[in-house]
Amino acid sequence: MAPYESDESTTAEEADDLRAGRRKAARYVVPAAVVGVAAATIGLVPALADSGDPNLPKISAQQLIDKIAKSDVQQMSGTVKISTDLGLPDLGGLESSLMSGATKSGDGSSADPTSKLTELATGTHTLRVASDGPDRQKVSLLENAAEYSLIHNGKDVWGYDSQSNEVYHSTAADSADAHKKQDVPATPKDFTEDALKSVDDTTSVSVQGTAQVAGRDAYRLVVKPKQSGSTVGQITVSVDAKTGMPLKFTLTPSSGGAAVIDAGFTKVSFARPSASTFDFTPPKGAKVTEDGKSEHGRSEHGFKGGDRAPRSGKDLAKGTEGAKGADGMKVLGKGWNSIATFDTGGQGMPSGSAAGGKFGGILNSLGDKVSGTFGSGTIFKTRLINALITDDGKVYVGAVNKDALVKAADAGK
Amino acid sequence: MSRAEATTDSVTTEPTGGAVRAPRPLWTFGLLRSELLTTFRRWRTLALLAVLAAVPILVGIAVKIETSDGSSVGGGGPDGGGGGPAFISQITNNGLFLVFTALAATLPFFLPMAIGVVAGDAIAGEANAGTLRYLLVAPAGRTRLLLTKYATVLAFCLVGTLTVAVSALTVGAVLFPLGDLTTISGTQISFADGLGRALLIALVVAASLVGIAALGLFVSTLTSSGIAAMATTVGLLITVQILDQIPQLHAIQPYFFSHYWLSFADLMREPIYWDDLVKNLGLQGLYAAVFGSAAWARFTAKDITA
Repeated sequence: MAPYESDESTTAEEADDLRAGRRKAARYVVPAAVVGVAAATIGLVPALADSGDPNLPKISAQQLIDKIAKSDVQQMSGTVKISTDLGLPDLGGLESSLMSGATKSGDGSSADPTSKLTELATGTHTLRVASDGPDRQKVSLLENAAEYSLIHNGKDVWGYDSQSNEVYHSTAADSADAHKKQDVPATPKDFTEDALKSVDDTTSVSVQGTAQVAGRDAYRLVVKPKQSGSTVGQITVSVDAKTGMPLKFTLTPSSGGAAVIDAGFTKVSFARPSASTFDFTPPKGAKVTEDGKSEHGRSEHGFKGGDRAPRSGKDLAKGTEGAKGADGMKVLGKGWNSIATFDTGGQGMPSGSAAGGKFGGILNSLGDKVSGTFGSGTIFKTRLINALITDDGKVYVGAVNKDALVKAADAGK
Repeated sequence: MSRAEATTDSVTTEPTGGAVRAPRPLWTFGLLRSELLTTFRRWRTLALLAVLAAVPILVGIAVKIETSDGSSVGGGGPDGGGGGPAFISQITNNGLFLVFTALAATLPFFLPMAIGVVAGDAIAGEANAGTLRYLLVAPAGRTRLLLTKYATVLAFCLVGTLTVAVSALTVGAVLFPLGDLTTISGTQISFADGLGRALLIALVVAASLVGIAALGLFVSTLTSSGIAAMATTVGLLITVQILDQIPQLHAIQPYFFSHYWLSFADLMREPIYWDDLVKNLGLQGLYAAVFGSAAWARFTAKDITA
């Protein structure tokens, strides 16, 4: 018995042949339809799932800020997606060596939190956070087939890099302040607290509608600088309507385009994470780097450095914290337009990149030459932070545009 | 073929209503069984499985030799352990990690290449050898034959993956210590739990190959040359792997069948991170549906001349 399809086509006449051919072609409708349905599903489901902005009772900006301040979420876990686009070229390893050089702690262990968390400064990353009271937190940076975890459990702080099987250990027993600092860095909450610290008469704060973040109803708080000249366009914070915890933080530059910092929960749960999440014993054969008591200061510095790296933008916008960070640094102006300035002592290059001599030549070619009554200098631009390095070695850095930097340099002369 | 003939006889003695005679359901399994036997008895298939089994042996011995002087894999250093397939730095501490390393090492190329050979050969190889028309003489129908062929290829996906996993587990147990293991999130799980995850990972890896199996089967229906079908399938695999590395193409990369392959490592996180795993399985299902139906459209409408 011959296969029936070919039977048909071989015995059929001309007209039947044509019809059979058409019927054959019609079979290809099936795969085409599958592709079509799949494309429609991929395109439409997110649009349909977006059920519109939730209806929430009206709330004033001040009430919302109070709500954030009062928010005391002790137990939560979730997944955070953080994208940073400072407009820097992706320097990869060069940049991280530069940054760990700047925070003076690149001592080699790949499990050192400083070197790891500075990776957040560029690109898109997925973090997992879990917290159970003030004594137990965990942050994991999800990498390709590997993970970097920073676990705080009671007295111990562990860093574990599964890729190289290296462990970093320090005891953070004595300072409650250190605990605060390590408390889930890089979450929308941290960003928000920093942003709200800078709220003063130079800032306008308003509640603009509602949004859904990670399946929860949230208010949208918009923070905007009033002065012109800042590179910060606006900051949008989505605040969970129930708990008052910030769920999403977006900083858009005044120049428009994609957000400079976009950190938000994609999943969040306020249930208590299982206790085993915070248990850590160094695996067999792992290389453990102890951060001894003598070096304790360095460790704290490390945490702060790592903490600050992704939000250096706002630190400088505020000016004050940046001023604490480096000796001999002055802050000009106030609010969003404050500019940090320091003298490198006639080197003409920022001290931070002194570690990267290899970097100096490239830096010069990246900048724009400017001149004014202060003399002449070079401007280095990113989407958020601009820096002016004068030829006599003074550095002006701020989240302000080029004109404001030149004006500050002129005034400083 | 004695069974097939017997079935044919019994079917032809029944009065037939239409052009298509209804075969007995058991006939499908008979066909599947004979297909499986034919496939797994081929020297070619056995050689492929031997190559797959050899990969973990080589990796295990290499790691053993490199670390015999007490040094760590990759030599340590500031960025130490960055090279090599995933999990390789953990093997010396726990042999079970050799399973994960071996799967991570074979998934990008060896496994899909073996699948490409078997899938590409499925229809085109029969046509090439002139046996396809004899298969179609049996009253199985083309759709049924195609499904049987696809089921055989999927069985090979599973057997190939398990070959790698079992070989890796054996080598790992012989060369390295076993015991409780640390997940990549830093939490500890028991050895039994670890074995369970290894099995789950092997199943996910096998499922990751469903897409290329369907693609290979479709290519196989396009030509009557077995070699051409295998070469095309493996060529497509390499092309997609290369395109997946080009950053400028990031917009279309999530739709490549190989894009989420290494997401099986997410099963070693605690808690398990499902997002990419679900995307991977969904994508494989989509490829299977699209290319499976395309293969059906082609094969059922094709003139069989060989």
